[in-house]
Amino acid sequence: MTCNEATVLLHALIDRELDARHAREVEAHTAGCARCAAALTVHRELSRAVQDNRMRYASPASLRNRINRAIPAPTARTTRRSLLKGFALGSIMSAAAATGVTVVIIGQDRDNRILSEAVSAHLRSLQAEHLTDVLSSDQHTVKPWFNGRIDLAPPVIDLTVQGFTLIGGRLDHIDGKPVAAIVYRRRVHIINLFVMQNLGGALAAARLETFQGFNFLRWNDQGLTLLAVSDLNRDELKEFGTKFEAAAQATRPAG
Amino acid sequence: MTIQDCTVFTMAAERDSDVDKSQQFRVAALPYLDDIYTLARYLLGNPADAEDAAQECYLRAFRHFGTFRGGPIKPWLLAILRNVCRAEYARRGALASTTTESLEAAENCVDSIWGNDRETPESHVLRRLDSETLKQLIAQLPHNFREALVLREVNELNYREIADVTGVPVGTVMSRLARARTLLRDAWIAIEKGATP
Repeated sequence: MTCNEATVLLHALIDRELDARHAREVEAHTAGCARCAAALTVHRELSRAVQDNRMRYASPASLRNRINRAIPAPTARTTRRSLLKGFALGSIMSAAAATGVTVVIIGQDRDNRILSEAVSAHLRSLQAEHLTDVLSSDQHTVKPWFNGRIDLAPPVIDLTVQGFTLIGGRLDHIDGKPVAAIVYRRRVHIINLFVMQNLGGALAAARLETFQGFNFLRWNDQGLTLLAVSDLNRDELKEFGTKFEAAAQATRPAG
Repeated sequence: MTIQDCTVFTMAAERDSDVDKSQQFRVAALPYLDDIYTLARYLLGNPADAEDAAQECYLRAFRHFGTFRGGPIKPWLLAILRNVCRAEYARRGALASTTTESLEAAENCVDSIWGNDRETPESHVLRRLDSETLKQLIAQLPHNFREALVLREVNELNYREIADVTGVPVGTVMSRLARARTLLRDAWIAIEKGATP
């Protein structure tokens, strides 16, 4: 092998792209050629330096949010169809007047978007090693952490004794607004409890929903909307909600 | 309101494949946002353009997600980003006609690599390479060499994948990488000489 050939092939050697025969040839050449051997060393070193993590750029969170918003969430088309399915099944909405239906469609659309974004936020929290900004099982550490970071005071309640371990909190975004996410664990299942300003609209009762394979429990309390998302089964998610609510009421002054 | 007697809903929408599509896309594609953004930074130079390109990349990828044939999604996304960046180059080229000059400069660079190579003290031990300086040196590499280098070293694609993303044969990928690294090494050595006369 000539120096000219080795000069190119040593890069393929560094990148582990050479078959065994060529690799042996390059190595044989560098064993006998000090200049090519030195080049191999220097290029190895340089390659490692460029592969360093500091050579990467972290994408800004705002970019991720922009993209998340721009990717269509489940849209009106879907909702409209599901609404029609509802009619076909003789749902209670079949009696609604035309004007009423419009309102329902818009409301449903936003509902779906919020659930879909909650799923995304939940998945993101599991994937990106960004489950918590504040990691603590102490509610008196987690709650104050939100001070000044978000314009609401989320109820942070330790439910370890009740079987749901508090593991921390973080800031997230749903429907374009910052929300507090309080993170619990039940066995291997993570529960993200999103706390946001009251979404408005009539949410007369707590709702237990299934969407994209995840279970949701949603309820309003003290002007806030609370939305728990998990792959935990419905019964246990409902149990979580019940325990949370009971504990929340117990911490409030009577009256 | 008590949770004990909550209403149980099952949305018909959860059976709808449209819902699955956008969710599948998010789960499959979003973990590579840093990779996409990093390549965009290296190809376009500044954060604002890189953000726009990354966003455009994801929108296009989502629109064409139906045509994605499985396999690793990272090279597919990087190929889309590369096209977005080329459009941006074309736009910049229309704004200022600096493209021709830089291309010529690039060609001259290429011609001189092999000549320089003989005079370079190969035994020269590179000092600690700090990442900020390295980033600047990479930014100065001619476009095709920079692209190959970043796809290989930073995005961690193999030669076959780089060839697919950039639409050239594997042999070209290999020679571009060799030239990119040689230019980079020479630039680094030049800096060291400047720093320590």
